[in-house]
Amino acid sequence: MKRHWERFKASYLLYSFKRDRIAILSFTILVILVLLSVLAPMISPYDPYDANNIDILNSEIAPAWMEEGTREFIFGTDVQGRDLLSTMLYGLRLSIIIGCGAVLLQAFLGITVGLSAGYLGGKVDSVLMRIADIQLSFPYLIVAIFVSAIFQVAFGVSRYEELAIPLLIIIIGLAEWPVYARTVRASVLGEKNKEYVEAARVIGLSRKLIVVRHILPNTMTAVLVISTLQVANAIMNEAALSFLGLGMPVTKPSLGSLIRSGFEYIFSGSWWITIFPGLLLIALVLFINLLGDWLRDVLNPKLYKG
Amino acid sequence: MRHLLEVIDLEVKFGLRFGDLTAINGVSFTLDKREKLGLVGESGAGKSVTGFAIINLLSKPGYISRGKILFEGREVNKLTDEELRDLRGHRISMIFQDPMMTLNPVLTIGTQMVETIQAHKKISRADAMDIALEKLKKVYIPSPEKRLSQYPHECSGGMRQRIVIAIALVTDPSLIIADEPTTALDVTIQAGIMDLLIELCEIEDMGLILITHDLAVVSQVTEKIAVMYAGKIVETGPTEAIVKHPSHPYTQGLIKAIPGGILTDEKRLNQIPGTMPTLTDIPPGCAFHPRCTVSQKICETEVPSLISVGEYGQMIACHVIGKG
Amino acid sequence: MFAFIIRRITQSILVMLVVSFVGFAIKNQIGDPIRDIVGERVSVAEREALRDKLGLNDPFMIQFARYVKKVSHGDLGISFHHAKPNVDVILSKAPATLELVFATTLILIFVSLPVGVYTAIRPNNWFSKFTMAFSTLGVSIPVFLTAIMLIFVFSVELGWMPSYGRGETINVWGWESGLLTADGLKHLIMPSIALSSIMLPLFIRLIRSEMMEILETEYIKFAWAKGLFRKRIWFVHAFKNTLLPVITVFGVQIGILFAFTILTETVFQWQGIGFMFLEAVERSDTSLLVAYLMVVGALFVTVNTIVDIIYGLVNPTIRITGRK
Repeated sequence: MKRHWERFKASYLLYSFKRDRIAILSFTILVILVLLSVLAPMISPYDPYDANNIDILNSEIAPAWMEEGTREFIFGTDVQGRDLLSTMLYGLRLSIIIGCGAVLLQAFLGITVGLSAGYLGGKVDSVLMRIADIQLSFPYLIVAIFVSAIFQVAFGVSRYEELAIPLLIIIIGLAEWPVYARTVRASVLGEKNKEYVEAARVIGLSRKLIVVRHILPNTMTAVLVISTLQVANAIMNEAALSFLGLGMPVTKPSLGSLIRSGFEYIFSGSWWITIFPGLLLIALVLFINLLGDWLRDVLNPKLYKG
Repeated sequence: MRHLLEVIDLEVKFGLRFGDLTAINGVSFTLDKREKLGLVGESGAGKSVTGFAIINLLSKPGYISRGKILFEGREVNKLTDEELRDLRGHRISMIFQDPMMTLNPVLTIGTQMVETIQAHKKISRADAMDIALEKLKKVYIPSPEKRLSQYPHECSGGMRQRIVIAIALVTDPSLIIADEPTTALDVTIQAGIMDLLIELCEIEDMGLILITHDLAVVSQVTEKIAVMYAGKIVETGPTEAIVKHPSHPYTQGLIKAIPGGILTDEKRLNQIPGTMPTLTDIPPGCAFHPRCTVSQKICETEVPSLISVGEYGQMIACHVIGKG
Repeated sequence: MFAFIIRRITQSILVMLVVSFVGFAIKNQIGDPIRDIVGERVSVAEREALRDKLGLNDPFMIQFARYVKKVSHGDLGISFHHAKPNVDVILSKAPATLELVFATTLILIFVSLPVGVYTAIRPNNWFSKFTMAFSTLGVSIPVFLTAIMLIFVFSVELGWMPSYGRGETINVWGWESGLLTADGLKHLIMPSIALSSIMLPLFIRLIRSEMMEILETEYIKFAWAKGLFRKRIWFVHAFKNTLLPVITVFGVQIGILFAFTILTETVFQWQGIGFMFLEAVERSDTSLLVAYLMVVGALFVTVNTIVDIIYGLVNPTIRITGRK
């Protein structure tokens, strides 16, 4: 473990990270956001899920720095009287959990399929890739929207609320595994013919061992690069679903649901209910994307040429 | 008498993030009409870069930092963009290594030939097609009319290279720079292409710079040779002299290394130990000294310059050989 | 080429079968069509009889086959809520969505192509750097947020643009068009900008990176060596090669565009099929939902097939050999 750390410290990755201001900025902000979301229960001024705390008379109060605002609610309150700041923090938490959960699922599925298809080749490869192609040829968003819609209709709203988080993780996770499968498979095909694989085979290592211990680590750079993008995508997908009412319910809102609940109120003047969660969402996705961009530039061997 | 091409103390650098690297370090040579010069060396020695430098076509971070290139008396590196554009493909044509990569896959051969003509002369498409046809015939392409409307991937490798040569000829240039023209082709086709080049130089009154790592080919095609190592010319002179009496230790090693005893009576496979240094770690003094069998103390610190040696007009850059 | 087309079409039919299978499974299992037809007060026995009569107790595959047959004749069932054939409902709302997609596509083509090409040719000037920075921002803002913010700034705060609906439409042979009135066009502006906002950065980056890669190829270098005019090198040699992968991506993205119309239409209260879809969800109108799936699926598959065929026609390397 210590050796890995030493290698990392001396690596090109760390070197170029330290020199790239945007990467440092993105990373810092993301760390802050993640910390905020993890610590949400401890640092939010109110608990937005506690019905006792919420008073409908408090609804639509403006942010503290505006005329009609109060110090009690820094960012104002939403339609139901919940403190916006607290709800946003909890919503951030939900968005991150679902986003990461979905990507873990996608990655797990996709990597397994990709490794199998790439290494075993032949019939297994064609079948798996055919499935991936068919799934890729259909816009995942429609599938996700459709599946959520069906589940809502089938289970009814209250049952749906209970299952929302895992359901969303599964839906978004299942939607995008082909991306991982394709990338990993391409990587495996490239590595398969290299000498170290030949050597391992000659020594007599089992197939599984070769794939997991030797080939897999070499596909990790590709996986890492697409993962950041995929997390950003997953978060946006969840936000889109929630905005349509097909994601997190209003009682346990993610950032998308918050935006949904506040939308009509921009016409009557309570713009903060939609705009603040919106800005937070943008910030989250933006910095993930920036970090991902930098990662891709750094890890991409093609760009090592001067 | 004015030389067709004069390269005088050419230095080419690559401006990278962490400093400038010298790819070509003071190279000079001349070429006359109908003369064929072989620029020989291993990969990375700087021969292709020299070729590109002549028409100022260096890849992005590369630039000419010193020296003069005179073509028909004009300084090439001082030309304006438009003058340079007119020069290329017109007075000086270049042939690249792999014809499949050289030809644009989505344009027909006819288009790629006609556009070259039209870029340098006001001429109708029909007339340009006639010229293209004539050049295709000159390179012995069967059924040339059909080829004009075909795409590059529809022709075989050898044919593609002939087409590339035809494109090079299409404006009746005075100089052809051929960068490894046969390396990507089958051995059986190589001879045909080289013969074609020789014939064309005679008939069309052209100069030829043949850039290659293949000494055997060079020995049969050219009249002059310049051997490059790590960005410098280490030996130059008439082909026959160099092949029969290679003087620089590197050249001697190269000749001995040719398998099958084509140029020598060697029956064994001789290698020059070690590899040529990359641009970033060129040793001080004579760049060859770490691999040289006769190197001495002075070779490690002082860079040798070209001096005359022998009675056949050879020049070598060596501290040891040729002295006494 | 012919074999290629046949293969693509077969593949599309396969996909459609899968889609209809899923759609039918949903329709069959979710909700109870009997209840919607006859209401609560009919006895259980009578309901069973009705089930039999309507063939609802037959084996799944037989019902599926029946469904496929109906669909191929254009019968997609009857909407529970609208009490009209689904096809009619969809057709009446389709023009709104189609016009929106059309406007968005125009924006995409006329902005991404020039900007993409320009930032590839001149990657270091301030415009290019600004565009690239802005594009990362663009992909980070979900479609509905762009829409909301556009409405907030331009409708609520500034009052310049209308915030919902299609405005005035004119009926042209059954097609409710908003393109023919100034008011209709005004209403079209913000939704299409919002819809294109998420795809524009993607295309600009794609075109830019493809073009940059192509500008580094051997055949482009050869084009420079031939002395062609720059405009020709950029817009004929490079651009044509750039288009190929862009066409493929475009085909896939059109489908995703339709998915995003659901989001945009919601925000702008745009009465298209996306909006209709959400209403159907709220009203548990499974029949309409499934019909929507079928239509969008068919549309998507058709567009993809057409794009693939166009690609096959445009790319000469495929045309001849018939395979990639």
